[in-house]
Amino acid sequence: MVEIAMLPAERPDSYVRAALRSPSFMIGVVITAIFLLLAIVSFFWTPYSYAALDIPHKLKGPSGQHWFGTDQFGRDIFSMIMVGARTSIAVALIAVGVGVVVGVPLGLAAAARRGSLLDEIIMRANDLVFAFPALLIAVLITAVFGPGAVNAIIAIGIFNIPVFARLSRGAALTLWTREFILAARVAGKGPVRISVEHILPNILNTLVVQVTIQFALGILADAGLAYVGLGAQPPTPSWGKMLADAQTLISLAPHTAIIPGLAIVLTVLGLNLMGDGLRDIFDPRLRRNRQ
Amino acid sequence: MGGGWAALAGGLMPAFLLGRLASLILSLIAASVVIFLILEVVPGDPAQFMLGMNAEPQTLAALREQLGLNGSLLSRYLGWVFGMLHGDFGISYTYRTPVSGLIADRLVVSLPLAIYALALTLLISFPAGIFAAARRNSRADLTVMGATQLGVAVPNFWFAMLLVLLFAVTLRWFGAGGFPGWGDPWLALRALTLPAIALALPQASILTRVMRSALLDTLGEDYIRSARAKGLSGRQTLWRHALRNALIPVLTIIGLQFSFLLAGAIIIENVFFLPGLGRLVFQGITQRDLIVVKSVVMLLVFAVIFVNFLVDLSYAAIDPRLRRRR
Repeated sequence: MVEIAMLPAERPDSYVRAALRSPSFMIGVVITAIFLLLAIVSFFWTPYSYAALDIPHKLKGPSGQHWFGTDQFGRDIFSMIMVGARTSIAVALIAVGVGVVVGVPLGLAAAARRGSLLDEIIMRANDLVFAFPALLIAVLITAVFGPGAVNAIIAIGIFNIPVFARLSRGAALTLWTREFILAARVAGKGPVRISVEHILPNILNTLVVQVTIQFALGILADAGLAYVGLGAQPPTPSWGKMLADAQTLISLAPHTAIIPGLAIVLTVLGLNLMGDGLRDIFDPRLRRNRQ
Repeated sequence: MGGGWAALAGGLMPAFLLGRLASLILSLIAASVVIFLILEVVPGDPAQFMLGMNAEPQTLAALREQLGLNGSLLSRYLGWVFGMLHGDFGISYTYRTPVSGLIADRLVVSLPLAIYALALTLLISFPAGIFAAARRNSRADLTVMGATQLGVAVPNFWFAMLLVLLFAVTLRWFGAGGFPGWGDPWLALRALTLPAIALALPQASILTRVMRSALLDTLGEDYIRSARAKGLSGRQTLWRHALRNALIPVLTIIGLQFSFLLAGAIIIENVFFLPGLGRLVFQGITQRDLIVVKSVVMLLVFAVIFVNFLVDLSYAAIDPRLRRRR
């Protein structure tokens, strides 16, 4: 059994109580859950096929038949939003996963070997990636490999790596000076074991908060890339692509532009509210300081 | 703050300046190597890549010659870098004109747009952040914070579309897109106004939050209590002491935001059909004009790195303690 040194006052059961008391967190959770549910349900059922054309009924406003109306080809916008949720969430989630899986070990290694050549190399490489905004990485990748959802994931994922590397290095550095880490070192544990068994569990809260924030940024980045044609390619519906198609129709059929935009705003808002709420729940001191 | 800049310029801390300068140059070299590797080495044969599979052998040979592909990798890289240092960015394959000219034409749209948006960002976020911090936890503070929460969630290109719908299509106060050139500066600024607002909204929301929390952090410090104890009013302490100390985190974010503004401009230019660097880079991608893509990306990355270098220097100007550290 692995003993995990948990710092006092961070007991999981108190989190649940704090979560139920935080209205912004609960709102964020509900919104996020709705979009997750839409995405999952879209695998089994959508009101119409998202690709079914119905030209005679194109650009119809919201009605009982088509809850969110139809687009310029008569496709059902509600179905497209459902499938689009799937695309956006998948791209953003995998991209955050790339950031965590690559960035966190790098950050932990840099902190464990603070001041070493390894630390220096990792941090300088981070600085380098930071000089390339996600969109520029996407531009470089698509210039060579062509546009697509996978390339969007890679671009946003690369952008996420330094975020998580820096965060985990910073959080780990303060822990390395603590007594319980010293105790583990005295007990003969190596830096890898200490990082995995003692540092990681104690920075998990910080990481979870950042994951929700980067998830939200990922949704925005994916929408932006899809909008300029560097993301998922047709016929796969994506919110950004729907907005790009709606741009020329905005005065004719405003709902085609407003609904996908609202979907993005709500998803991002939900994730951000959840992230802010989590931060307050995990760190009650922060909450007191802010007030 | 003026004294800080004088100290910087007066060479009181050349080691700090030299260190920053060395890291600036190293970052630029590293970035240029990355861009070169991705665009010139990964595709295998860039000439074949640009022309497609059915290219005539003569055209292929001519393009190879033009790209200098017959030389070694190192000489190609050095040729590119030293060319750029002399303002020679190569000849665009699709436009058949020097890339430097194309970039110059586009820069007069993109750069003013980014600066306009940054100015709007500062104009909105400084007052809003200070206001919210001064009245923390009041209803006004909550309203400002709620608005920023919404502001960071709105994709700027969608916000841009809504602005067009309201101000261009419905009210007809602004044009829906296009750029008339700088012949009439008033018309040019008018054409950039909606794009700048769209770009500024999310950044202003972020910066307002940063400003507010940085102020609240410094307001909790001991020297603030001392300032209050010596008889300064809450407002005086805020303006004289807290604001200056809150500037460090705020400046960091402004530096980062400039890169987001430049990158964001790439997307926003597409909404408003502005002939800026963003349009140029997308045309470069669709036409597989790697010469254009390579130079524009390098230029944007240079801008990001250089702005962050300036931010580093300004830290030292604001906070003399940071000068001694390195």
